[in-house]
Amino acid sequence: MPHTLYDKLWASHVVHEEPDGTALVYIDRHLVHEVTSPQAFEGLRMAARRPWRERSIVATADHNTPTTHWDRGIEDPISRQQVETLDANIREFGALAYFPFRDGRQGIVHVIGPEQGATLPGMTVVCGDSHTSTHGAFACLAQGIGTSEVEHVLATQCLLQKKSRNMLVEVAGALQEGVSAKDIALAVIGRIGTAGGTGYAIEYGGEAIRALSMEGRMTLCNMAIEAGARCGLVGADEVTVDYVRGRPFAPRGEMWEQAVSYWKTLNSDEGAAFDQVVRLDACAIEPQVTWGTSPEMVTSIGGVVPDPAREPDPVRREGMARALRYMGLAPGTPMCEIPIDKVFIGSCTNSRIEDLRAAAMVVEGRRVADNVRQALVVPGSGLVKRQAEEEGLDQVFRAAGFEWREPGCSMCLAMNADRLEPGERCASTSNRNFEGRQGAGGRTHLVSPQMAAAAAIVGRFADVRALL
Amino acid sequence: MRPFTILDGLVAPLDRANVDTDAIIPKQFLKSIKRSGFGPNLFDEWRYLDVGQPRYQGAQILLTRSNFGCGSSREHAPWALDDFGFRAIVGESFADIFFNNCFKNGLLPVVLPAAEIDALFALVEVTPGFRLRVDLPNQVVVRPDGHVIAFDIDAFRKECLIHGLDDIGLSLRHADKIRAFEERRRAEQPWLFA
Ligand code: SF4
Repeated sequence: MPHTLYDKLWASHVVHEEPDGTALVYIDRHLVHEVTSPQAFEGLRMAARRPWRERSIVATADHNTPTTHWDRGIEDPISRQQVETLDANIREFGALAYFPFRDGRQGIVHVIGPEQGATLPGMTVVCGDSHTSTHGAFACLAQGIGTSEVEHVLATQCLLQKKSRNMLVEVAGALQEGVSAKDIALAVIGRIGTAGGTGYAIEYGGEAIRALSMEGRMTLCNMAIEAGARCGLVGADEVTVDYVRGRPFAPRGEMWEQAVSYWKTLNSDEGAAFDQVVRLDACAIEPQVTWGTSPEMVTSIGGVVPDPAREPDPVRREGMARALRYMGLAPGTPMCEIPIDKVFIGSCTNSRIEDLRAAAMVVEGRRVADNVRQALVVPGSGLVKRQAEEEGLDQVFRAAGFEWREPGCSMCLAMNADRLEPGERCASTSNRNFEGRQGAGGRTHLVSPQMAAAAAIVGRFADVRALL
Repeated sequence: MRPFTILDGLVAPLDRANVDTDAIIPKQFLKSIKRSGFGPNLFDEWRYLDVGQPRYQGAQILLTRSNFGCGSSREHAPWALDDFGFRAIVGESFADIFFNNCFKNGLLPVVLPAAEIDALFALVEVTPGFRLRVDLPNQVVVRPDGHVIAFDIDAFRKECLIHGLDDIGLSLRHADKIRAFEERRRAEQPWLFA
């Protein structure tokens, strides 16, 4: 019987199954950051337990770390305590690798896992962070978990869960120039809604997906959770193998060959059955911009802010009206007439080298518009930052009036000093436009790096295709 | 873990869909390294809503709409709900990670059909002191007028909640199986253990 990729990954990791289908699933890689781990380590300590396999752990501090003045350390005492607690926990319990604050390889956990080769095809990957779905780009079963589950994985090397259903999102054809993986991700969410993928593992397939780089696939899988799916998946191919080759924790020599021949099997079989199939045409996808306070509240750059009065469902109508009040937008406003105050290029969705290159290409030789108060570029990791600097991208951004920062989550969730002030409107390459996400009262519009760059230059949302 | 069997509690309404975990407990409260003390910051910016009104003080059941708990995986969300005094959340649907996290903290998320949820919102609005009886062993929610609504729950989760069983302890009963699985994996895919 033909199997889906998800079926294969699931079947190869089940250790034990209860009669109702609840299974103990073995975990190969456990990524850890400072916000969701302290209570888990504390639980372990209180029960006098040790990690089952500490060499499955790769840890970093990313959410709370500042993006300026690293020489001064972390000034916020509570953030500092959280980061120091992680330092101490890793010292006490051990890890395969730890990239602490100020390490040259530190960065957003979902950027550094793949970058270090700590995320490998066929693995089960967990992290106390919903965007763990990112790693599914490597044909991994990668899922975000809660803190109790972090403790459970630490103690047992397993996760307790039931199998999800299979959804295939198939994107045929080729993307237009100026349209990226982020636009696919947003278009998919616009189509199926933020709960459309609940209970499913989403596999992305089709020519347009095959044509994406690993960075693009990561962007896509990153936002599977925004469609409600705990994990997103892309089958393994040459692109996957090429990306992994030579990375610090990737296998070498004979083991490499052995691994690659296994990885080649990590695709859905011809004729495998999916519980649901969603089809999109790549060439019909326009650059996307969100207008509301949920990623499903999205339209294309040529669109307008929708009118709640036209929504028949009362709960949805009220939700739209509330979103527009919060966002300070009137129905019917063309997206390309909305002026912005800030620009944020960063986050685990779009802070990899390819994202920075795409944004820099738009910015090169131009200036950030006068009405834009702040334009930030926050690389996803120390290594991304270094590479970008070697390529001169930092100079392109700085010359245009962008600030070039140290790596971390930064204004994606504003746990550090980078945030929106009440009422400020931001073109952001992150993944969540919830109320207050980037700072209390802040107004977030999700876009691709190219579109964020275009907005910075024009001072309002603009069709990047006109700037290429 | 605290067991959950039968709860007869006051109901507080939160009439919104897609309530995300950023709204349940905003990030400025995530810096704690403890599990408790989040209650006072539950729904931080939303206390002006029904849920914060005096008539709902002491509520143990939260009534909501669809896709409750979407967004971030932060377990601080169920911790805050629990710390505030909620024991059960009744809604049309829940986001996956949040749903899971509830069970780890003795909170019961109950999924009911949309029509039943609509009716409950209407009743809460017109009935001061509106209470519900959530009966986990029998998998039913009972309204004060005697109307009974059945709900589904995984057998394993139900068992764990009713007896307050600790997941880790339960899983470690299979330690031998985990070890055997690991050994086989080490032999077949040695690069994972390098
Ligand atoms: S960049 Fe944003 S979404 Fe990604 S892990 Fe950090 S806070 Fe979470």
